[in-house]
Order: sequence, then C-alpha cells, then structure tokens
Amino acid sequence: MNLGTRKLLDRSFTALGIGSIVIMGLALLVVLAPIVSKGVGALVFRETIEHRKLLSTEFHRGDGRELEKEIALSNGYRQKAFDMLAVFDQELEQMTPERQEQYRESYDQVKTALRGLLGPLPGDTDPELARNRYGQTRWDKAEEKLRELLYEQKWDYSNPDVIAKPYDVSRAPGFAGTSLVRLFPYVEQNLDKMLLPEWTFYWGFITDSSIDAHFFGGIWPEIQGTLFLAIGAMLFAFPLGVIAAVYFTEYARDGFLTSMLRSANSTLAGVPSIVFGLFGLAFFINTLHVSESKSVLAGSLTLAIMILPTIIRASEEAILSVPKTYKEASLGLGSTKWNTIMTVILPAALPGILTGGVISLGRAAGETAPIIFTAAVSVGTAIGLGDVLSSPTPALSWNIYNLASEHEAAAQIRHVQYGMVLALVTVVLLLNLSAVILRARISKKLKG
Amino acid sequence: MPMTLEATEPKKSKDSSVRDIYLPPERKKVSGGGVPHVSAKNFSIYYGEFEAVKKVSADIMSKYVTAIIGPSGCGKSTFLRSINRMNDLIPNCHTTGALMFDGEDVYGKFTDEVLLRKKIGMVFQKPNPFPKSIFDNIAYGPRLHGIKDRKTLEGIVEKSLRKAALWDEVCDRLDKNALGLSGGQQQRLCVARTLAVEPEILLLDEPTSALDPKATAKIEDLIQELRGSYTIMIVTHNMQQASRVSDYTMFFYEGVLIEHAPTAQLFTRPKDQMTEDYITGRFS
Ligand SMILES: Nc1ncnc2c1ncn2[C@@H]1O[C@H](COP(=O)(O)OP(=O)(O)OP(=O)(O)O)[C@@H](O)[C@H]1O
Ligand SMILES: [Mg+2]
Repeated sequence: MNLGTRKLLDRSFTALGIGSIVIMGLALLVVLAPIVSKGVGALVFRETIEHRKLLSTEFHRGDGRELEKEIALSNGYRQKAFDMLAVFDQELEQMTPERQEQYRESYDQVKTALRGLLGPLPGDTDPELARNRYGQTRWDKAEEKLRELLYEQKWDYSNPDVIAKPYDVSRAPGFAGTSLVRLFPYVEQNLDKMLLPEWTFYWGFITDSSIDAHFFGGIWPEIQGTLFLAIGAMLFAFPLGVIAAVYFTEYARDGFLTSMLRSANSTLAGVPSIVFGLFGLAFFINTLHVSESKSVLAGSLTLAIMILPTIIRASEEAILSVPKTYKEASLGLGSTKWNTIMTVILPAALPGILTGGVISLGRAAGETAPIIFTAAVSVGTAIGLGDVLSSPTPALSWNIYNLASEHEAAAQIRHVQYGMVLALVTVVLLLNLSAVILRARISKKLKG
Repeated sequence: MPMTLEATEPKKSKDSSVRDIYLPPERKKVSGGGVPHVSAKNFSIYYGEFEAVKKVSADIMSKYVTAIIGPSGCGKSTFLRSINRMNDLIPNCHTTGALMFDGEDVYGKFTDEVLLRKKIGMVFQKPNPFPKSIFDNIAYGPRLHGIKDRKTLEGIVEKSLRKAALWDEVCDRLDKNALGLSGGQQQRLCVARTLAVEPEILLLDEPTSALDPKATAKIEDLIQELRGSYTIMIVTHNMQQASRVSDYTMFFYEGVLIEHAPTAQLFTRPKDQMTEDYITGRFS
C-alpha cells in the first residue's frame, strides 16, 4: 500500500471517528434537551396567586402581609365575576323550566371551569381534596383552563370513516340575551388580575413533599427514596462484590467450581430486572422476612443482587489490570498475600473498581422493576433514616412510571413527571460526577 | 560478544593468599564472608513437566557477589526466583532436591515464605516502584514489619536511600510519586526499598537491562558499595558487567549449571569448553 492511500485511509478513519462521536453527541442532545427544557418547567414557571396561597397555607412560606394585599387586589376583580354569576342565578330562577334546562349543562361547565381557575366559588362547601381547594397555581395551566371556560369542545362525527375530531365552539353565543354573556370577555381580559402571575423559581419542588398525590408540592420523598435505595444497594453490593472479585482473582484455583461460579455470575448479569424484582419479593420478603412487606431494606437488597455481577466483573478486571510487578515487589519485601491485596493491589485497582461502582450506582438509582414489589409506593411522605428497615418509600423511577400511567389525572400534572425525570437524570449524573471526580483524584495520586 | 578482560587480567603476583577464592588484587577479601549462605543440592525446578533448572548443586558464598550468566531461557531467572520462593506465584511450578538457606530448608514444610522473603530481598529486571510517594515506597517494607514511628521510618528511609546512592537526588521530594523518577532512579529506589527491610541476601535479576550506561554505572557502583555487607546474586547478560562486579560466576546452559567458579578464573581460564565458547561470544 503506498503512502498516499495509507494517509487517505488514516484520514477517513479519523473522519469516521469524529463523525460517530458527533452523532452520539447529537443523539444525547436530542434525548436530554427535552428532558431538561420540560423538566425545568417544574421549577421555573409563572406562579399564580393560588400557588402563593398554597405555599402559605400548606408550607407556611412567603410574606403573609404581602399576600393579604394581593388577595384583596385579586378578590376585587374576582368579585365582579362572582356578581355576574349571582345575577345570572337570579335570572335563571325566573325562567321557565325548559329555558333553565337549555342553559343548565353549559352553565355547569362554566362554573366548573371557573372553579378550576379561581378555586371554590362563593357558596361552595369546602372541598376535601386539595386539588379542589385552590385554583390554577400555574399560569400556563390557567390559560388552558381559560379556553375551557370560553369554548365548548364538540366532536365532529360527520365523517364516519375517520375518528371523530374535536372542535371548539364559543360559549358566549349560547348565552346570548342573558346577563352571563358579559362574563366571558370579562374573565378573558382580567384573568391576569385575578391570578396575578409572577415568574418564580420554586425550589420547594425539590425539597417539599407532595400534596394530594402530586397535584401540588414537590418530590423530595421520591428523591430521598431513590438515594436511600441506590446507596443502600451499594452498601451491600460494593463490599461484597469487591471481596468476591478478590477471591476470584487472587484466591480461587482454576477448577470446576470456580468456572461454574464465574459463569453463574455472567448469567446473573443478563437476567431481566423484573425477575430480580419477583425474586426479591419471594426471597427477601416472603422467605427471609427481612421486613413485613415492602421496605427500603428489601428493595436495597434486591437492587444489590441485581448490580452485584457488574461490580464483581468490573472489580475483577480492575484487579487483573494491576501490573503483576506491584504484587511481586510487595511479596518480595516479605508482605503477606492479604497485606499485598490491601495495601498495593486494591489501591491500584481502585479507579477501575470505582468505575464499576458508578455504573452500578446509576443503574440502581434508575431501575424500576426490582423495586415495584419490594420497596416502592406511589404516594408517601419522606421516611426517616430510622425507618428504612421497615418502611417502603416513593422513588423517582417508579413514580415517573406511576404518574404517567396510573395517576387518575396524569394529563394535569405532566410538569411533575417531567420534573421527576429531570431530577432522576440529575441524581444519576451527580452520583456519577462525584465518583468520576473521586476516581480522577485517585488516578492522579497513583500516577504522580 | 568480543570481550575486554582488563579488569580480571590475571596478575602474576600471588600475594593474595586466598585459596578458596581467586580474587584480583583490586577486589578485597571480605572479612567474615565466604561461608555458604545458600546451598543447592540436586536442586531442580519444574514448570509442570518441563524441567527448567536441572539438578543444580552449588554453594553461594556469603557477603560476596555472585553473577549468573547464560543464554536466554537457560533458567537464570528461574533459579534466582526460587531462592526467595517468588516462583510460588506461578501455579504449576514445583521443585525437587534441596535448597538450604542458612542451614534451613527453603522449601521445607514449615518454612514461612514471608519471613524468608524478608531476609532475601529481590530487585527485578524492570523497575517496579509502587504508585506511591518515594517515602512510602521505602517505608513500605518497614511498615509491613511493624515499624510505625514516623521518626524511625524517616531514619530508615534516609539510610536506605543513602545506601542506594539516591538520597542526594530525591531528598527534597520524598513526598512525590515514585513513578515520576527516571528509570535509573526508579531502579535504585527499588534497591533502597529492598535494603530498607534489612535483608541478608540481595537478588538482582538483570537490574540494569532497562537502563542507559550512566544509570548502569551507578547501579554497578552501588553493588560494589554493598558487597561485603550483603550476599548478592546478580543475573546479567552483560559479561563485562559480570566480570566487573562479581566475585563468583555461575554459567547456566539449558537449565544445567555448567560451571561455577571465581569470576577472575571463569573468565580467563574456563574449565568447560561451553563456558569458553559462551564468554568469547562463539554462541549466544
Ligand atoms: N511461568 C512459566 N511457565 C512455564 N515455563 C516457563 C515459565 N517461566 C519460564 N519458563 C521457561 O523456563 C525456562 C527458563 O526461563 P527463565 O525465565 O528462567 O530464563 P532466563 O535464563 O531468565 O532467560 P532470560 O535471559 O531471557 O531472562 C525457559 O525455557 C522458559 O520458557
Ligand atoms: Mg530472566
């Protein structure tokens, strides 16, 4: 091969490499960008006065006097809308039953939409659920709700060949000739004065517990649960995995038993995580009774079993890649095998071992299936460190799934889901980052 | 390999009255030395079925320098490593015959190989400092054997580094990582690290093969310094080196100890034809 061809090949391979890295970066961007942009919406958004009321009553946060003033201000505008309702109520009473019936349905929808916007209407009994005690806490949602007030959604069944399509019909013409007609333009124009939206950074999303099944509040119990589970899993799996790796590499003789153990370990790494979940339930909870039912302990143990093979393999490789000369040097100085492992081999292998640990930690934090039966509950408060042995906990991975698919009002709390996804990604990234930094420091120390 | 033998040119003057050892006049007799320190009797070393060292019988004299020469693959390293049982690391390696150290069976059932290695230190072909600071490298052995006091350790570190002629070069950076040293410095560090355990025997397996001539000269000077205090065995491919630094030379060929004699004698009047062929470079 002549020089020209060789150089050309070399260059094209370089280009190929750069190209694939760029594609990888783009793919990452495509995945991460929406997670970040949508997730940030859970923390940074235009909060309405309803949100400030909520924070004040539920979390005793915010400036009370300032809030009073704002409430007075917004109530001024709200009262006019309420007055319009009252006037229409009187009008309604004087109508014939048929005409009453004509307005009934749409009027109820109007009131429901208004409740959604502003909270309970005058004369309503105090609602039990927190979601009904407050109006829209987020301005973007309030604007959606406003549409519900102004327009009625109808379905177009005209073409039987296609699925019916929704279309909006303005409500105001339906109330032509009544006093309620004035309500629609009034609310449309004065909604911002009734709700007083303001940009805010709601850090409580990270530190607060949720209220009314994630309608309001934050996701601290989930974040904490994820941390407990992941760290708990590491507490069991990391020492065990490293010890097993030391045994495999330094002590085990090559024989039938060792090769069996090795292949068992490899097989374990390929088992689907849901199987671990069921195993955890059957073994840790039903057989060993480590806790009466789901608990952080049982979940951590299950996750530990799941990540053990990864840790063992990574540690084995790290230990095997320690130069033999270190071992010879140490033994040659009259060190025992055990001492050599502890003072020379493990320190030199530590960066590699940590890498395995990091990958496993991220996996333990992110897995859903193993904790479904062993540790996770959908809604709960943050548990104390003392409760980990017996209490289940909400966790990010499981609650993301739960909120998206099982929650009765999933569509209304999408921002919480996105926030959770962002939180999970961040938790995993932070865990990884800290380990990467640790690894870099150790490597640097080893290299001198 | 053509050789110059000035260093060991036999002198006519027979004033040195050593009978058991034929020393050129510039090499002094070591007082208290010259007793068998390590003795092999019909000692064979096997890798599985393969007999790498065959029925060697020899006495290694204390406090003198013994060089081991021979073509590649003749079992030099194998023999050297068997003396402090480093071959134990190789799974299928075993020995027959007897190897005695100070009258004790090296491969005896009750021999503590850890204690043995403390007494028989080894420096390897490639410098192999730990990825730790210079200080920690030297202090590794003493710490292992229970010395914790910082002052004592500092003393040992300085003494060992001085013995290895490295002190002046590294005294101001003891806390720096040893991997930052040059190859020659690293090798002397490894010697210092071994000396810090105060061994009786020093085994050197081609300690200068990875070094440039200057660093090699330093190591050779070091061996001269240490001669008389330690029993030294050095494997080398460099016959000038063997003749420069050693008092005795062992010539191995295909696992067999062909000749074992005072260096001056072996290089000038080899008894065996094969030895002569080898040292005059007629085969390699
Ligand atoms: N771990 C091992 N397993 C099997 N055979 C080995 C092993 N180490 C060495 N041998 C064999 O034993 C013989 C002697 O090897 P040894 O390393 O002692 O030679 P050497 O004289 O030191 O050679 P060199 O000068 O190249 O270092 C060689 O034939 C070699 O192939
Ligand atoms: Mg060798």
